[in-house]
Amino acid sequence: MNRQRKRILIQALITAISNGYIKGFTTGKIYTGGSKVLCSPGMNCYSCPGSVTACPIGSLQAVLGNKNYRLSLYVIGFMFIFGAVLGRGVCGFLCPFGFIQDLLYKIPFFKKIRKLPGETILRKIKYVMLSVLVVFLSYIATDSLGKTSPYFCKYVCPVGTLEGGIPLVLLNSSLRTACDFLFEWKILILIIIILGSIMVCRPFCRYLCPLGAIYSFFNKHSIYKMKVDINRCNECGQCQRVCEMDIPVYKNPNSMDCIRCGKCIDGCKNGCISGEFTVLTHLNNKDKI
Amino acid sequence: MAQNHMKSGLKLLKKYRSSILLAIGIILMIAGIFTDEAELVLEKATRICLECIGIG
Repeated sequence: MNRQRKRILIQALITAISNGYIKGFTTGKIYTGGSKVLCSPGMNCYSCPGSVTACPIGSLQAVLGNKNYRLSLYVIGFMFIFGAVLGRGVCGFLCPFGFIQDLLYKIPFFKKIRKLPGETILRKIKYVMLSVLVVFLSYIATDSLGKTSPYFCKYVCPVGTLEGGIPLVLLNSSLRTACDFLFEWKILILIIIILGSIMVCRPFCRYLCPLGAIYSFFNKHSIYKMKVDINRCNECGQCQRVCEMDIPVYKNPNSMDCIRCGKCIDGCKNGCISGEFTVLTHLNNKDKI
Repeated sequence: MAQNHMKSGLKLLKKYRSSILLAIGIILMIAGIFTDEAELVLEKATRICLECIGIG
């Protein structure tokens, strides 16, 4: 089985396991079991009727917005563990919403777009999402009771709309009557992301995902690293041509935008790119970058 | 001499940074369990988040 098929299988498995509470999709009630104390490594809404884990970004906002906590230890700890091992390999292999975007990108479209105008600036937006909507507003935008809203989840996150909003609204008439402008706004964002995912590879991951923003800081420091054998590399740029995130892998194998999908490994004609778990060792080999 | 110590310290940090980050993560997670943060996560995750689904 080739690398990409294995990756799809892993993604499908993780998505199925993360949302394995099938009964929720029939009753319209979410899972309330103990496994929800664990954070999903990727973006997976805990209000999805099938979800058996907690959303890391939703949980982070819940903790930061609680007047008894000024800092999150548990949720950040989870992110450190996954980030330290895989970096944004979580995005490439373990994120259900990343998987959905990958499937949408497979839909034929007459012109797939490699990058949008202002791509460099657009990719910085996810850091604004993280710092402002997830962190800053959780601390300062509290009501008179000291409570805050999860601003990213409330106003932006398409994952909650797709996995939680749509199924729960369809299954519960009481929620249907409560839908107003906010629901319509979130549906609009979801439609834009879905249509965008057909044209551009992973637009949510590239431009908006605060969890991807967090994991991006780990890419250069994670145990799993991409490596380029500079003795064999002739800088032909083939790796960048096959990279769905348009990264010049030969120059920057552990770019903050790299989701470690491994397409560059398969695409390199000289076989000089590899992905390795470098446990307890620093890259001493001066022939590799 | 102090500079050499600092340089070798930084070298060690760079060499084992992945493992250090992993250890930090584990320590943070365990600390979070003791501060009842895990309970808060569970409480939040087992109730429908109306904001997350676009209702409230």
